[in-house]
Amino acid sequence: MSTDTLPESPADVAPQPPSSLIPAKKRIGDSVFKTLSTGAGTTILVILALVAAFLLVQAIPALTTPQDQQLANGYGYFPTWIVPFAFGTVWAAAWALLLAVPVALGIALFISHYAPRRLAQGLGYLIDLLAAVPSVVFGLWGIIVLAPAMMPVYTWLNAYLGWIPLFGGQVSGTGRTLLTAAVVLAVMILPIITSLTREVFLQTPKLHEEAALALGATRWEMVKMSVLPFGRAGIVSACMLGLGRALGETMAVAMVLSGSDVITIEILTSTNTNTIAATIAQNFPEAFALKQNQLIAGGLVLFVITLAVNMIARWIVARRAQYSGAN
Amino acid sequence: MLKISKIGAPVALLLAGSMALAGCAANEQTGGSTTSGSSLSGTLTGKGASSMKAAQEKWTADFQTANTGVTVNYSPDGSGAGREAFVSGAANFAGSDRALKDSEMGAGKFAGCAASSSALNLPVYISPIAVVFKVDGVTDLKLDADTLAGIFAGTITKWDDAKIKALNPDAGLPSANITAVHRSDDSGTTQNFTEYLSAVAPSVWTKDPDGQWPFPGGEAAKGTSGVIDAVTNGTNTIGYADESAAQNLSKAQIKVGDEFLSPTAEAAAKIVDQSSRVDGRADNDWALNLDRKAAGVYPIVLVSYAIVCEEYKDASVATLVKAYVGYIVSADGQAAGQSAAGSAPLSADMQSKLKTAVDSIK
Repeated sequence: MSTDTLPESPADVAPQPPSSLIPAKKRIGDSVFKTLSTGAGTTILVILALVAAFLLVQAIPALTTPQDQQLANGYGYFPTWIVPFAFGTVWAAAWALLLAVPVALGIALFISHYAPRRLAQGLGYLIDLLAAVPSVVFGLWGIIVLAPAMMPVYTWLNAYLGWIPLFGGQVSGTGRTLLTAAVVLAVMILPIITSLTREVFLQTPKLHEEAALALGATRWEMVKMSVLPFGRAGIVSACMLGLGRALGETMAVAMVLSGSDVITIEILTSTNTNTIAATIAQNFPEAFALKQNQLIAGGLVLFVITLAVNMIARWIVARRAQYSGAN
Repeated sequence: MLKISKIGAPVALLLAGSMALAGCAANEQTGGSTTSGSSLSGTLTGKGASSMKAAQEKWTADFQTANTGVTVNYSPDGSGAGREAFVSGAANFAGSDRALKDSEMGAGKFAGCAASSSALNLPVYISPIAVVFKVDGVTDLKLDADTLAGIFAGTITKWDDAKIKALNPDAGLPSANITAVHRSDDSGTTQNFTEYLSAVAPSVWTKDPDGQWPFPGGEAAKGTSGVIDAVTNGTNTIGYADESAAQNLSKAQIKVGDEFLSPTAEAAAKIVDQSSRVDGRADNDWALNLDRKAAGVYPIVLVSYAIVCEEYKDASVATLVKAYVGYIVSADGQAAGQSAAGSAPLSADMQSKLKTAVDSIK
């Protein structure tokens, strides 16, 4: 503290230093708050480091064991075994994002710029409530309600659009397809994206909006010209947060998706590529020794994928920030 | 709302954790007020197959009620984990969906057993696996091993396939695709189902038995309940699951010899009586070569073993194991298992044979 270096004054005589150098009176609240917040900040770093260390240490046997032993005692040779699941993780999350983003942006714009104020508040609250529904409940809903309900849609898509490879193959008899899993995931990431983008849209400077309207823009043109450019960085980071959630979602996917270790881009059949998280959840109860190490190494791969997604998001946001309407 | 859920999650975790702990404590105190003539005391640790989780829960509860000084812990971490823990001495007994292989047996290989002692494999839990289906307008379905293997291997794809029609001439089978549901997780049910197919229909089912589904692709569901849900909510589906979980679904009859058998407890339990014992084992080791072709026996069953020492290092552990496993193979224990888990009780003859084996534990 710079105040400590000030020359000590005689005990009873108050000196008259320049006003800017008056030593600040130390208040106990300040130091308590500082300690608490520093501690909290450090804790999260420590926890992250411990998780990473745990994953690394437990994953090492899966990465170092010779190939023949991995084939004999594990699920297979790890580098080739994990590839389909890594693909499935990204594939399912990408579909979820594709389905969720347009809806989320629509809801956010409706709440921030179209809906009457009273309705907007209620709707925003309802969307946030979606985030509080446990993923197991989404999983159950996916199996029992959504999957059977989607089957006619899938049959139709397959019959009329089956020439597109995505919709090809033999339609699933249970509806537990990648598309169903993606819809469930989309519903789960909807509240995150909606809440964040809504907040960003509300931050649009009123002057920009009014200027656009004053120039004769319609409401849609105003949104297009002022709100969306201003919120672009926010939209991207909201999507990336949603994507992170979709990548890591375990329970709902494990319950809904009929997964296997085959790489396929068909989204309406019984054969779908499983995700890493769901594979871990499904196999961990019976796994031991090397198999357990391999599953944890799978967790490490998922950790890396999620980290990469977040870093890409930060990079995009940083790049966009320069010419977004925010400055 | 988001903020609340962020704070709420750790709090909920803490609450859930403390409730789980409270649950354990309550479990251990079960029957604490009842008096019993038992002089047994101590803690018995078991680990292994999750297939007999429900039965083990019932057995431990009943046993602790009768012997208030004893605590029995069975953690259903899987057969492999159970065998590993038994070998390392971390568990006093293991539950396993298969007996120990010859290469795994031998004196001195088990840390918890006396140096001269090998292990004993005792088949204590029999659970019939039903082939369940949901096809519009069909309530009775008869299948033989080749047809069943063809359906699950993907070589028979339509319900009105000639092979299915030949077995079910009167059923109104639709010309629809078959959706065959298998387990997505590693399980003893899959292990035994594939064992049956590869033993009885080797020409159609070319894969080795495995706890993990050996074919790539196909409809997969997590756990017994996942398979049941998928079959129930789908159309033209077929799957396999523990018989006890399949109450509301139609179950196929399986051809054995010249007759078609339903997955009843009696027909399933006979497999233990009819099967031959593994050669070269001790008199009291009941490792079995399950005979899935024997007449009158429902062949798709899961048999779980209790693996114990011939002679324990610690005599007090031996006393507890004898009492606990002795209870499991008794008529009472088997009936309790049937009521709690829907397992098939061992025959009276088998019960007395296993009793002799348990009595030999030192």
